[in-house]
Amino acid sequence: MSGVALRELTKSFGAVQAVRGIDVSIETGETVALLGPNGAGKSTTLDMVLGLLRPDAGTVSVLDLPPADAVARGSVGAMLQTGSLVRDLTVRELLAQMASLYPHPLDVDETIALTGIGEISDRRTQKLSGGQTQRVRFALALVTNAELLVLDEPTVAMDVESRHAFWTTMRDIASRGKTILFATHYLEEADAYADRVVLMAQGRVVADGPPTEIKAMVGSRTIRATLPDVPLERLERLPGVAHAERRGEAVVLRCSDSDRAVRALLARHPEVRDLEIGGAGLEEAFLQLTAARA
Amino acid sequence: MSSTTYMRYELLRTFRQRRFVLLAFGFPLVLYFVVAAPNRNEHDLGGTGLGAPLYFMVGYAAFGAMNAMLSCGARIAGERQAGWTRQLRLTPLSPRTYLRTKVLTGYLMAICSLATMYAAGSILGVRLGAGEWLRMIVLVLVGLVPFAALGVCLGHLLTTDAVGPAMGGTVALFSILGGTWFPVQHGALHDIATVLPSYWLVQAGHVALGGKGWTATGWLVIAAWTAALAAAATAAYRRDTGRT
Ligand SMILES: Nc1ncnc2c1ncn2[C@@H]1O[C@H](COP(=O)(O)OP(=O)(O)O)[C@@H](O)[C@H]1O
Ligand SMILES: [Mg+2]
Repeated sequence: MSGVALRELTKSFGAVQAVRGIDVSIETGETVALLGPNGAGKSTTLDMVLGLLRPDAGTVSVLDLPPADAVARGSVGAMLQTGSLVRDLTVRELLAQMASLYPHPLDVDETIALTGIGEISDRRTQKLSGGQTQRVRFALALVTNAELLVLDEPTVAMDVESRHAFWTTMRDIASRGKTILFATHYLEEADAYADRVVLMAQGRVVADGPPTEIKAMVGSRTIRATLPDVPLERLERLPGVAHAERRGEAVVLRCSDSDRAVRALLARHPEVRDLEIGGAGLEEAFLQLTAARA
Repeated sequence: MSSTTYMRYELLRTFRQRRFVLLAFGFPLVLYFVVAAPNRNEHDLGGTGLGAPLYFMVGYAAFGAMNAMLSCGARIAGERQAGWTRQLRLTPLSPRTYLRTKVLTGYLMAICSLATMYAAGSILGVRLGAGEWLRMIVLVLVGLVPFAALGVCLGHLLTTDAVGPAMGGTVALFSILGGTWFPVQHGALHDIATVLPSYWLVQAGHVALGGKGWTATGWLVIAAWTAALAAAATAAYRRDTGRT
């Protein structure tokens, strides 16, 4: 049985081509990250997987079924990017109500323990903070005990601590054999928690592979520095530097190993000033990747 | 999978919504004692042939029940706005069960509201035979069907902010024109009243006179409003959810 299969999936909103013909196959039991900057088409793709949006062209199958059928069977649990909770129930009551809709739900107390929301379980949903709401939304996705979990940027509203707890729980869930598909724009999350990363930009899949491979493609750092009068060829020969570019008096070095590059740069060009090291930024990396493809 | 569990929590939510509990129970109850108690010896209110305690009991019960029915629309609007409707579309709960649960909770709330008012009526001396109570209740429940459709319709058309005032206004209008607050027995106002479903909610009180309660016109009016509002509710639902 296949977990999720997308074939030549396309979706436009008026003139905006949100998803431009993507093919992705996910096996059952896999944890796959859909990584891409804002506007890449991640949510549009997940909404089609969940049957909330109808594709313009192409097909979606979820556990070998059309999405609506998989949903009707209770095989899908989801945490959408946006949305709050209905009011006037306690967290525990809301979980019990959700559980009652599924054929084999997780025990409500177990879900509460698993997601660490014991402290707020007797609180009414309208009295929760943003971060707490997000954790309850996660618990609602888990209590379904569904085979496929779809999570759209689940950690966005969480603080560092909740985020850590969230991923610890996800590891546990993944180890129970669930298929997990999550969208994120954090490379670190995709790298740390997915078996596989599908990289999306501008509605297309630009890379699909193990996290290490993707990280090498987009995870590079750049060094910026004021360094007039040094030819770019010499900079490109420095250890750890992949590519050098001049912007007036400044140079921008894209690095494969920024630590070595900085040491070498300081050693050979002590006159260097205004040194800055930064992540290339996903957006920039994506643009380079898409440009390289076009 | 258990739809009774789902229903149970839905009811819990409904009865925790103070605003609607007040509109469906508290407000009509207080008004009843304020308005009907001083007139409890009036045996033919405004030429209706009904005593004041009975007339106002039926009238305020109709008011509370209309509010109860429309409150299901307020919950639909709230759930749409919270994105909860989208979340529910990712569960095995069918849209049909969703709507049925909403309408049923509206009805249960309405029944509680009727029971409260009837108890109050008994305190002020309303005496009906068991058969008469039953026939009256059945007529009122039938007369509430158009309001269930109206609730669903408004719930899918309006935002949470708009839905409260819109429902308050709608119920007030139906109440005044339909003779819920005071009898409308003559002239153009009476003609208008007879084509409103709220008028027939109040007319259900005529079973106390030994009649059947509703004339053929009554049944026709309720049927017509039901058909029209059900069509409107279906259209609003489709427009809102993009479903057929
Ligand atoms: N309902 C919509 N109407 C119009 N444009 C939309 C809609 N949903 C998404 N888009 C556009 O489609 C593109 C992809 O959006 P989205 O799938 O939300 O990206 P992501 O989740 O990766 O941030 C964006 O340009 C976005 O503005
Ligand atoms: Mg998104």
